[in-house]
Amino acid sequence: MAAKKLSKEKVGEVLQELSKFRLITPVKSDDVVIFREIADPQEAFLDYGNSTVPPKKVVFPQTETLFRFTLGNPELREKNVEEEGTTVIFGLRPCDARAMSIVDKLFSWDFEDPYYLKRRELTTLVGMACVQPPSINCFCTSLGGSPFGKEGLDVLLVDMGDHYLFQSLTEKGGRLEEMLSSYLEEAPAGEEEKASSMEEEAKAKIIRSIDPQGIPEKLPSLWEHPLWKRVSDSCLGCGICTYLCPTCHCFDVQDEVERGEGRRARMWDSCMFCEYTLHASGHNPRPTRKERTRNRISHKYSYYPKRFDVIACVGCGRCINLCPVNIDILEILEQVVEA
Amino acid sequence: MKNPYIPYEARILEAWYETPGDRCIKTFKVAFADEKVWDTWNHRPGQCAMVGIPGVGESMFCISSSPTEKGFLRFSIMKVGKNTSAIHELEAGDTIYVRGPLGNWFPMDEWKGKNIVTIGGGIGQAPLRPVIQYIRDNRDDYGELTVIYGARTSADHCFKDEFQDMMACGDCCCHLAVDVEEENWPHFVGFVPQLLMEVSPSPENTIAVTCGPPIMIKFVLQNLEKLGFTPDQIYTTLENRMKCGIGKCGRCNVGHIYICKDGPVFSYAQIKDIPEAFA
Repeated sequence: MAAKKLSKEKVGEVLQELSKFRLITPVKSDDVVIFREIADPQEAFLDYGNSTVPPKKVVFPQTETLFRFTLGNPELREKNVEEEGTTVIFGLRPCDARAMSIVDKLFSWDFEDPYYLKRRELTTLVGMACVQPPSINCFCTSLGGSPFGKEGLDVLLVDMGDHYLFQSLTEKGGRLEEMLSSYLEEAPAGEEEKASSMEEEAKAKIIRSIDPQGIPEKLPSLWEHPLWKRVSDSCLGCGICTYLCPTCHCFDVQDEVERGEGRRARMWDSCMFCEYTLHASGHNPRPTRKERTRNRISHKYSYYPKRFDVIACVGCGRCINLCPVNIDILEILEQVVEA
Repeated sequence: MKNPYIPYEARILEAWYETPGDRCIKTFKVAFADEKVWDTWNHRPGQCAMVGIPGVGESMFCISSSPTEKGFLRFSIMKVGKNTSAIHELEAGDTIYVRGPLGNWFPMDEWKGKNIVTIGGGIGQAPLRPVIQYIRDNRDDYGELTVIYGARTSADHCFKDEFQDMMACGDCCCHLAVDVEEENWPHFVGFVPQLLMEVSPSPENTIAVTCGPPIMIKFVLQNLEKLGFTPDQIYTTLENRMKCGIGKCGRCNVGHIYICKDGPVFSYAQIKDIPEAFA
């Protein structure tokens, strides 16, 4: 489909139109940008770098019910994700959309995860290209991504100054375009070429990089290498690197009961926590932060590509930006390369 | 599509203690509340299931009955944590929930025509029991069956009556051990790896399957290699903390392997170069 023009004055009306769905946009909350459902188009904060917390929670909530039950009654009442309704995430960054397409592989591998996959099916992703790299620690281009990347997106918007270039990329995107057709205009001639050169400029502004070639194969051979102790010495085990990671997908399952009414729920977990692998016997196969850090890096850069043919990192840089003790995944990977 | 997170309701038909003590082992014989579940339920020796109680939680256990035993599943569960303590409170007639079958299985078809040696320690006999039972129920399909089993004391032995029966029956060769000398113990005194050397099975056309505490496995593997068994003739099961049982929640991995989905059954050849498998 030919690209369209969405004038910035019409964005409010477009968001109004989309608010008949569950509409999720970036929102400024104190000093951080997060994704959440908005009631009023005014809440949308589209002129942002990247969100502090990735939008993965829209399809993989931080805590979600699997089923409910009443004590003493054998019936288990399955959570119906369909009730959440059609969802549009408007304005996410290409890296976060690409992360979803990477995590899709895990949730559809062998057993299909009905909760995650239903939400993915119900969700349309409208991306916003990074004309400027949002952070000094962005490195998406090292891992097959791009600040204008389209993977996982249904629509890509490019900020052209007074308007957005609106490119629909999938069937879902096409349906959205049709629905919004009264707000869209023909894109001016040469806009797509201009966007291509803007993409090259944006790529050139990304300063950090890693060559992942050979890392997946090399990592298992470094099992006993002293680098793991070195790179994890300062780790506090807080888990922020995994909570803010758009590809981290590990979860815990817990039962909760209050006054006879209960639910089994799953919630984000972190491989950086000691309890994550603790056996009931008291044995822990990953007893210290050294083993846990080794697993985090190896999972993303070796185990995941071995099974799913893709590195489970999109180079968003959040784990570097927000680590309280400045642990830097690129520095770790450089040590892996040099080891 | 059946939601893989929703367990089946089941009824406990019988429950009995195998062993005494703080970490006692209790066996539960359970049947699905809805008989139609049996039409699609098709487990094989070595497979597991999540067993639990809504409001408490669920944990992964091997199914300790063979598919040749019809109309029920067996689970032998050691009391070690929150879920297992709650399950131990249950008795015949109580409701329990079962989700599965999960994971892979022992390649019983591939093993047809071969001699089988099982080497178990303590609760490690639970995943070996369906292998033994399956062979005994398909006796002509397999060669000699040698069962080696030990626990700390004779009271700590699981499936005592069944071992007595196997000792007498003549369709297998059964060797029992206790770690330390005790009165009136007519069998071997010492550790399972030592008993293995005493029995000294020939590797010729033979598969060895071992389950038990990590320290026992370590020395059993060494001794099997001394006896001439190659890594592809040796099978074991791995375990780790699990939550989903279907290869999503992440925690049970050893290297790139998810134990819940790719295991719990592995040949030694598959895991011997994965350091985390023995962590």
